[in-house]
Amino acid sequence: MNPQKTYGLSFAILFVALVLCFGLNLSFGSVSIPFKETLNAIFGAKLENSSWDYIIWNYRIPKAFTAILVGGGLALSGLLMQTLFRNPLAGPFVLGISSGASLGAAILIMGATVFTGLTSFGLVNDVSLALAASLGSFLVLMAVMIVASKIKDTMALLIIGLMFGSITGAVVSVLSYFTNAEKLQQYIYWSFGSLGNLSWAQLLLLSGIIILGIILSVLSIKSLNAYLLGENYARSLGVNLKKSRYIIIIATGLLAGSVTAFAGPIAFVGLAVPHLTRQLFRTTDHRVLVPAVLLYGAILMLLCDIVAQLPGSSSVLPINAITSILGAPVVIWLLIRKKRMLF
Amino acid sequence: MLTVSELSIGYKTQIVVKAINFNLTEGELMSIVGINGVGKSTLLRTLGKVQPQLSGHILINGKALAQLKSNTLASQISMVLTEAIPSRNMTVWELVTLGRQPYTNWIGSLSHLDEEKIGEAIQILELEDLRHKPCYELSDGQMQRVLIARALAQDTPIILMDEPTTHLDLYHKVHLLKLLRRIAHETKKTILFTSHEIEMAMQLCDKMLLLDGKNNPFGTPEALINSQAFETLFPEDTVVFNSETKSFRIRK
Repeated sequence: MNPQKTYGLSFAILFVALVLCFGLNLSFGSVSIPFKETLNAIFGAKLENSSWDYIIWNYRIPKAFTAILVGGGLALSGLLMQTLFRNPLAGPFVLGISSGASLGAAILIMGATVFTGLTSFGLVNDVSLALAASLGSFLVLMAVMIVASKIKDTMALLIIGLMFGSITGAVVSVLSYFTNAEKLQQYIYWSFGSLGNLSWAQLLLLSGIIILGIILSVLSIKSLNAYLLGENYARSLGVNLKKSRYIIIIATGLLAGSVTAFAGPIAFVGLAVPHLTRQLFRTTDHRVLVPAVLLYGAILMLLCDIVAQLPGSSSVLPINAITSILGAPVVIWLLIRKKRMLF
Repeated sequence: MLTVSELSIGYKTQIVVKAINFNLTEGELMSIVGINGVGKSTLLRTLGKVQPQLSGHILINGKALAQLKSNTLASQISMVLTEAIPSRNMTVWELVTLGRQPYTNWIGSLSHLDEEKIGEAIQILELEDLRHKPCYELSDGQMQRVLIARALAQDTPIILMDEPTTHLDLYHKVHLLKLLRRIAHETKKTILFTSHEIEMAMQLCDKMLLLDGKNNPFGTPEALINSQAFETLFPEDTVVFNSETKSFRIRK
């Protein structure tokens, strides 16, 4: 009678893959630590080399958790945006969230020298950077929300988000042009993205915000499903369009904004993961898709981080470059091989 | 069931049609016909509360449409629109299931009753073999049937359909209209649809509303023919209505 498939097995496989990737992620890094010792450290045994213990507990484990939060958060916000805008090319950054964060970071790093001629010594650290980036993405999001309350058309909102992105991008360019080389370098390093700079306290804050975003998304599942039919049908099914649109946009802002604030702009995860998930879970039901993209995004981010560590070498590549190098071909493959990017 | 009196429809600055009056009881099939641009879709959208009415009254079981909350409305009126469904990956079953949203819990779990109604809708529209197919594999006629099944699963006393027969060939048009008639009579649902198939509507509908922008005559097809309402529906220099054959003839 009920043709609804159960995805228990797929979820079990994804979960096992997540645990495996987590373990794998911990055992790779610029310092090579034997896998057995890594396991020992996780399960609380004393290691022969106490610096290994320190590296694993204060660097690798927070980094792996950051990867999970970043991947899951971005992937979920991508799914929300694709459904809200009913556009397969929408990602978390179409609302100008990433450009807002970039603007915040750029003003903090480069603005002081440009506007006052003074160097903003001591002002720029991880915390102030995260704060400036959150503030930037929040302000741009607010601007988009104000416009959103004036217009009804979601497509127009999408384009307005892109235009806000262009404007903030231009301001960043102007700032970069007038700033000195050292500051420019600092900004560019931020824009590379990084998973490894979070302390346990920051990690706790990030996970709090991500969990809030997930709760809002779960509460929106029913209206998300209705949005798949278009706004007029959704309304005729009793969905409160205005309210649900606000909740979905706020959830996206929390998810993508907090991730960008703490880890820098990380491209393609939000766009590509929902499409990859739809290849595995052949459904459009958000009751399945929401948990699935969270798991899938987390796994992919852990894998990207492993690649970024360049196993066997002591250098680390920027994570934003890795996600783009892996993500862009995936999107192209979806378009060419599958001849479609439906949602 | 549905009573409309002295209704004016249109947009803020511009009245499209005024003085619309009609009255339907349960299980009646009504078509809204008229020349292109006269306001058929606008009327349907107003009845579905997609856009607000300008003046006059729309009563559903004695209650004003404007007063109904969106949840209540969703259990009273379902719609089949002309706009394409954006999610083309959705399967037939998933799409029909969405019709049950007004009745499901906060996360959308289906009860036995929900599954029963979905199964019924799929059966009536003869979609059993297609239920696992994604929408992008369906033909226009199949897609139209899926959308009607979704509206049927919503299980509302009133169903509004905007041009359900467009893009269909003669056979499928007749098939669909006969199906609508059967659904209205058997399930006691009131179905309103806009159409350009005036001659078919005359043969199959219980009531017709002729939007001519002036009097907007309403009644059974027989009564409308007898009162010569069809004669003035289109400019007389192009087509004329023959009341004996109940058909339009091109004036050469």
